[in-house]
Amino acid sequence: MTAGTSIYAKNLTKKFGNFTAVNTISFEVKKGEIFGFLGANGAGKTTAMRMLTGLLKPTSGEATVCGYNVFTHGEQIKKHIGYMSQRFSLYEDLTVAENIEFYGGIYGLRRNDIKQRSHELYDRIDLGHARNSLISAIPLGWRQKLAFMVSILHQPEIVFLDEPTGGVDPITRRQFWDLIYETANKGITVFVTTHYMDEAEYCGRVSIMTNGIIAAMGHPQELKQQYGVATMNEVFIKIARQ
Amino acid sequence: MITITNISKSYGKVQALKNVGFEVSRGELFGLIGPDGAGKTSLMRILATLILPDSGSASIAGRDVVKDYRYIRNNIGYMPGRFSLYQDLSMEENLQFFATIFGTTIKENYELIKPIYSQIEPFKKRKAGALSGGMKQKLALSCALIHRPEALILDEPTTGVDAVSRTEFWEMLKELKRYDITIIVSTPYMDEAGLCDRVALIQSGNILQVDTPQNIVNSYKGKLYAIKAQDIYQLNNLLRQHTNIESCFTFGEFLHIVFKNDSSEQQAIVLDYLENQGMKNIVVQPINPNIEDCFIQLLQ
Repeated sequence: MTAGTSIYAKNLTKKFGNFTAVNTISFEVKKGEIFGFLGANGAGKTTAMRMLTGLLKPTSGEATVCGYNVFTHGEQIKKHIGYMSQRFSLYEDLTVAENIEFYGGIYGLRRNDIKQRSHELYDRIDLGHARNSLISAIPLGWRQKLAFMVSILHQPEIVFLDEPTGGVDPITRRQFWDLIYETANKGITVFVTTHYMDEAEYCGRVSIMTNGIIAAMGHPQELKQQYGVATMNEVFIKIARQ
Repeated sequence: MITITNISKSYGKVQALKNVGFEVSRGELFGLIGPDGAGKTSLMRILATLILPDSGSASIAGRDVVKDYRYIRNNIGYMPGRFSLYQDLSMEENLQFFATIFGTTIKENYELIKPIYSQIEPFKKRKAGALSGGMKQKLALSCALIHRPEALILDEPTTGVDAVSRTEFWEMLKELKRYDITIIVSTPYMDEAGLCDRVALIQSGNILQVDTPQNIVNSYKGKLYAIKAQDIYQLNNLLRQHTNIESCFTFGEFLHIVFKNDSSEQQAIVLDYLENQGMKNIVVQPINPNIEDCFIQLLQ
């Protein structure tokens, strides 16, 4: 592992009884990289992500995230990463401002910092007018952008995004990726899963999991050349059908 | 086969459907395409007789969805967005259950479901709750079909499903056309529009356009180009700020752009500007728009 590495995994494995969900996967993600973590349903993506975010102990192998060992320092990892998923991100019965305060508080930010970062957040995604609206009352696209901004409120070293754009309209989906690019440009590492194969093209590198292993990894352009196809969708289908 | 006239539906202050109307012909594979919150599920549930419209009407096979709900429930197949089979019954038991409810047997309609069910039949003793996403989807479709319905209403069958299972699912729907079953299917994935005979594009409760995918693409206003350079992020920033760029959106490794003034001189000015700003390996080519380009244009 070299300096400037955000995520390091070597032979990382998770078994549930006789079933090996993640089978000796190895990879490194550099600081500030946008890393796409792709795979078919049931390929082991969620299990791998749960290990990397300190939620699940691996069976064997090694891994460090932000320099912390996933076996021994799960709690430290949780403090240094951001996480957002399509399914759950914000509290629907709290307002926009309350959600920001809540997450800021959880991550131990001081009141003044929360205030200042809230203003920056409102400006960036143009949401100041809705600060007192309940999350349940704002459109899904805004919600997802807000959830992302909240997940990086504490300026983590890495942000994990689990299908962040599922079901979002095409314009908002692209605005979302603008935010991802800006974040990566600031040096925050982005680890993202998606079912939209055009979004795979936006990643610096992608890995594709099938049956618990990483079947392919590289820059989207390299993978398309390697498999002799024009789009990442075709790469994905070729690998998943092997 | 399906007629929808001026349907509106509100939940409190939220207007989920605003005067929606279109028709679906017998045997057609019709797509309802739009993001989450567009109103797709509300419309599907009205057609499936599960909720009532505030105003307007809809009929399936000439039967009104409000008055003749009993007939409709017996003669359509409905697959809700959330997996709704019995998780603690086996695959075979679920199928048998639905066949019995509709007064038929698996044997009687086996031929219809065979192309789908045979793929998962080796696991028929497995509990539905223990199936993978793709298998659940195939089982749900088999159950929706087991009584040989006249129309199928499929609410986001491919959401959250990986690209391989999605492709397989659409292949199965195409197969069903042979049996003259009318299918209305909703999806947030724009790229699936091309697999339908006709589609309705829906956003915020409004139908934006109803037509064949080809006609929708043909009605795109302006000439579209794909452009890329070594630093796509910078390229995007530069183009968006340029006064001669009408629109600029990312599409995979390319940006799709429309020029305000499309003359070759004006294009050259933009390209010179990009090179002066340090953009390397610029590639520009005219392209045909896809449904997502059209959807974005309709939203603007």
